Amino acid sequence: MKPFGYLRAASVEEAVRAGAAQPGAKFLGGGTNLVDLMKLGVEEPPLLVDVSGLPLDRIEELPDGGLRIGATVRNSELAAAVAVRERYPVLSQALLSGASGQLRNTATTGGNLVQRTRCTYFQDISKPCNKRAPGTGCPARDGAHRDLAVLGHSAHCVATQPSDLAVALAALDATAHLHGPDGEREVPVTEFHRLPGEHPEQDTVLRPGELITAVRLPPDRPGAHSRYRKARDRASFAFALVSVGAVLEVRGGAVRYAALAFGGLAHRPWRARAAEEVLRGAPATADTFARAADAELAAARPLRENGFKITLARNLAIDALTDLAART
Amino acid sequence: MESSPQPAAAARTTAATAERSDMVLHVNGVPYPLTLDHRTTVLDALREHLDLTGAKKGCDHGQCGACTVLVDGRRANSCLLLAVAQNGRRITTVEGLAEGDRLHPLQEAFLDRDAFQCGYCTPGQLCSAVGLLAEAADGFPSSVTPDTAAPGAPVPLTADEIRERMSGNLCRCGAYPRIVDAVGDVRDGGIRTGQDVAS
Amino acid sequence: MSQDPLPSANPGPTATRSAPASPAGASVARREGREKVTGTARYAAEHTPPGCAYAWPVPATICRGRVLAFDTRAALALPGACTVLTHENAPCLAPPDDPALELLQNDRVPHHGWYVALAVADTLEAARAVAAAVRVTYETETHDVRLTAGHPHLYTPESVNGGYPAISERGDFEGAFAAAPATLDATYAVPPLHNHPMEPHAATARWKDGHLTVHDSSQGATLVRDELAALFGLGKDEVTVVSEHVGGGFGCKGTPRPQAVLAAMAARYTGRPVKLALPRRQLAAVVGHRAPTLQRVRLGATHDGVLTALAHEVATHTSTVKEFVEQAAVPARVMYAAPHSRTGHRVVALDVPSPSWMRAPGEAPGMFALESAVDELAVLLDIDPIDLRVRNEPGTEPDSGRPFSSRHLVDCLQDGARRFGWLPRDPRPAVRRAGGLLVGTGVAAATYPVYLGGSDAEAHADADGGYRVRVNATDIGTGARTVLTQIAAAALGVPESRIRIEIGSSDLPDAPVAGGSAGTGSWGWAVHKACTALAGRLRDLDGPLPADGVTETADTRQENAEPSPYARHAFGAHFAEVRVDTVTGTVRVHRLLGVFAAGHILNPRTARSQFIGGMTMGLGMALTEGSTLDPAFGDFTPNDLAGYHVPVCADVPAIEAYWIDEDDPHLNPMGTKGIGEIGIVGTAAAIANAVRHATGVRLRDLPLTPDKLLPHLARLS
Repeated sequence: MKPFGYLRAASVEEAVRAGAAQPGAKFLGGGTNLVDLMKLGVEEPPLLVDVSGLPLDRIEELPDGGLRIGATVRNSELAAAVAVRERYPVLSQALLSGASGQLRNTATTGGNLVQRTRCTYFQDISKPCNKRAPGTGCPARDGAHRDLAVLGHSAHCVATQPSDLAVALAALDATAHLHGPDGEREVPVTEFHRLPGEHPEQDTVLRPGELITAVRLPPDRPGAHSRYRKARDRASFAFALVSVGAVLEVRGGAVRYAALAFGGLAHRPWRARAAEEVLRGAPATADTFARAADAELAAARPLRENGFKITLARNLAIDALTDLAART
Repeated sequence: MESSPQPAAAARTTAATAERSDMVLHVNGVPYPLTLDHRTTVLDALREHLDLTGAKKGCDHGQCGACTVLVDGRRANSCLLLAVAQNGRRITTVEGLAEGDRLHPLQEAFLDRDAFQCGYCTPGQLCSAVGLLAEAADGFPSSVTPDTAAPGAPVPLTADEIRERMSGNLCRCGAYPRIVDAVGDVRDGGIRTGQDVAS
Repeated sequence: MSQDPLPSANPGPTATRSAPASPAGASVARREGREKVTGTARYAAEHTPPGCAYAWPVPATICRGRVLAFDTRAALALPGACTVLTHENAPCLAPPDDPALELLQNDRVPHHGWYVALAVADTLEAARAVAAAVRVTYETETHDVRLTAGHPHLYTPESVNGGYPAISERGDFEGAFAAAPATLDATYAVPPLHNHPMEPHAATARWKDGHLTVHDSSQGATLVRDELAALFGLGKDEVTVVSEHVGGGFGCKGTPRPQAVLAAMAARYTGRPVKLALPRRQLAAVVGHRAPTLQRVRLGATHDGVLTALAHEVATHTSTVKEFVEQAAVPARVMYAAPHSRTGHRVVALDVPSPSWMRAPGEAPGMFALESAVDELAVLLDIDPIDLRVRNEPGTEPDSGRPFSSRHLVDCLQDGARRFGWLPRDPRPAVRRAGGLLVGTGVAAATYPVYLGGSDAEAHADADGGYRVRVNATDIGTGARTVLTQIAAAALGVPESRIRIEIGSSDLPDAPVAGGSAGTGSWGWAVHKACTALAGRLRDLDGPLPADGVTETADTRQENAEPSPYARHAFGAHFAEVRVDTVTGTVRVHRLLGVFAAGHILNPRTARSQFIGGMTMGLGMALTEGSTLDPAFGDFTPNDLAGYHVPVCADVPAIEAYWIDEDDPHLNPMGTKGIGEIGIVGTAAAIANAVRHATGVRLRDLPLTPDKLLPHLARLS
């Protein structure tokens, strides 16, 4: 780890200003991923701008019935929030399925969204990696990729986004509030993470110096149910092999509303639009759910060792939707 | 970076360009003024600067839980906390759990249940258990909390709840069943003391 | 037989099959327990002498070749940098017994992760930065890290780990197998596995007036002292190695490891104390691993399930640094009465890190294969798998013909079956569900040999009525301090509270490592002998003790040099109930139960913890743990505790461990066989057999992760 400067920002404006003034500066929230990567030499910021003390640690009701979640709200606090547990169970469940109690107490909402891939080659600075060192190549494509992408990958990168939170937020049509040197803007979480394409070094659409200040949830849908389901290599404290976040509203035996997002399949939380298209208005049956999953996963391009993820994603989606349908 | 007449802002500016900072860590109730490299984690500050070696380094990357301490009452992996960012916070380590010679009920329960072997993960397990009891009392759910549980209400700690909530603390000796029993004893308030512990 | 299914502080009297061989046998609490729960027990990296510098190793980033050049200018320019040791400037070492300790002596890179340099700096943060700034230029050579059953360079070694012959044959296996009415021919694979004790290997070294003192995380400080003395050309009295508290080992601290040598080199070079804790991510390359095994098992049997032919053939890897051969086919020489048998090992030297001991080397992987095969045969013949094992129980050790000193495998199987509720059992697969999950049960046998080593010990009676026992035993979590005190108390006929026990330093009487489940038997024998002699002296003493007390020493090398006419092994039976999620392909263990016959159990409380701990590691071997070598780079892919999945608390159900307390007079004065390893041995097979019962799917490659199981479950979901 190289020496670095440290600034505890007193305001969002100061944080953004300080971040912009120093190329390569990083915002420090909980640090659970950033400090880890700094120890590995993957991240070498000359300056850390500590935003953990900013007044972004509140969960607020919005006039439209939605919620505004401050970027420094800890994962454990968010998962425990009564409003989240009652109205957005998929979000609470996603958070609780991730990491450990200790890490959830430290990790922040904003930081969770920008956590970086767990690809083994990305984490080892002695090896090529287009995401970490553009142009050096992607050994994962022919190497260890059991845990990596089957959807949306490119010749340059097959990494996956590891966040559980992001999957739930994608299914909930959440919006990220960003504050940068050029002002504020909002980005839907489904568009916040990128596909790797030719520039896997860019995980997200964040511009240099931009800080996530909040995430906004739209009002929950009365009559809809939601849940998160995750498959992993051990019973707890492991990243997803595949996960699914689902929101389903059934009326009179037919799907009135469905939102489905997958984790562990791609470089971003994978909102399953094609599946939702099949679901909308169709009978809420296992057959429909299977057709929906198949419609989405038809685009999958598995690598040598991760074809099981397609079956796993299909099974999880059918299972989650079947469970949700049974609640109405 | 623009200069500012306020001393606090001036200090921030200095820190931003320097590679070390002054800070105060309150550990087990004692304030420790320190000047530390920004790279120094809370774990290394405890172990290498304060000679408080109870918190252990098992992986240094937040993957094993041996370094678990309580920060303002909540458990955290001290290996991932930069000391400079914890300036002013109250940190409790395993050395701070007992009151004088009187062990914390969890320490008694771990002894009583033989809930450890090599002992290296034990300080982290203990701090984690202290944290989880508070979290459950404060209504924090876990991934095995039933959907039917009332949000915000204290969560009853079944064995499965304890197992899930202790899963951030690896134990390679395999003391898990006894750790779960020990935490369960304290949950029940059924602390066995005196003769039992000595036997 | 132990009566308390749930561990408690007061387990009550332990009913035994016979009178205990020794008065020891009570559930005594760990003597160092209070230090461990208060955080005051100090481990190797928790000694910081004044002026201490910090070291950080630089591992090779190529798989095979040599170092052409180092550029340390940028590294040494960093604040706090002291030095960078390389083969160009490091102190010369005498050739080591263990070639893996030939550190910084030449330019060769035999495998990825081999240490090529060591950064030393004033602070831990600076040491890491200095190490990261060292630039190394390599000349690379083509490498090969792939073990295959048909690898052209596989060869038959002279012997395998433990000193056993590589090949053992009885009768005419091929002929008997060809003639057998029922046959099974299956190949099983166990991947590389990592020990990963919670305490990474660490050492703090300092030189003072020519004397080297090292606090080292090791399983045996005598051996480390001897090696350091040899490497640095010192007398054994010029080196002290302290391993007072050790955060687990499971074999990977059983031999001297690089941290002790490097810390001593750096301390000598810099003239300062030096602390070196190996980073977790570097461990897999430098502290040994369980070598992968490809195991072909062939069984021939009558329709009644009587084995007529048994072959267990193992292919494994070693490094180019040294030959270590995982003796996975050796337990097949002990287990079943097949008249025609062939067991053998072949090994290939690849460009891989050097394998070594991991809990029950040989038995753990070998019994996964053999006990899976026996289960397959039981399914094939529609015989209950316990009955099948009972039908093949040998009268004498099959390969040697020696009588068993004691063998209670059948008792373990039958007692375990009763406790577990094995019967009634519908053998049909994939017909039981609980909460939507498929349910299955499995059983497997376990065995582990009795090893013993000669040891010194000293017992001293103070004039004031206290006693002191000294032996360089190591407590890596086994409870050695506690049980040795019990042995001493029993031999002296005094309460444990009057005895001070000193272990964990090479300045104490020499003792072998905590390994091979041999610690208690080996150290305890010497302690027993010294204390018995002391008790005799005290009995014969006229008048009060002299002011400086009375001391007796003991040496058990001679007793241990005599080969036993008996085959001496512990046995056990493992039972597992699993639940399989057909949606995810995830297996969870619902119940795990073991019954062991391992001689006399000296301390039920700490013994149960060891059995349960071994079973927990076996659960990991079955379901979550598996390493792989990256063919392109030659390193282990899962190199941290996020990628290598040690079981977490949520993976582990209530585990029950029981034992049959054997009265075996052919072992040692305490009647013990060793308990540290047998707990792991049958666990993986029991779980895999249960998965087959639950699903009908026989998986022969560990671990049983969703990617392997899910493709077979489509018809069941």
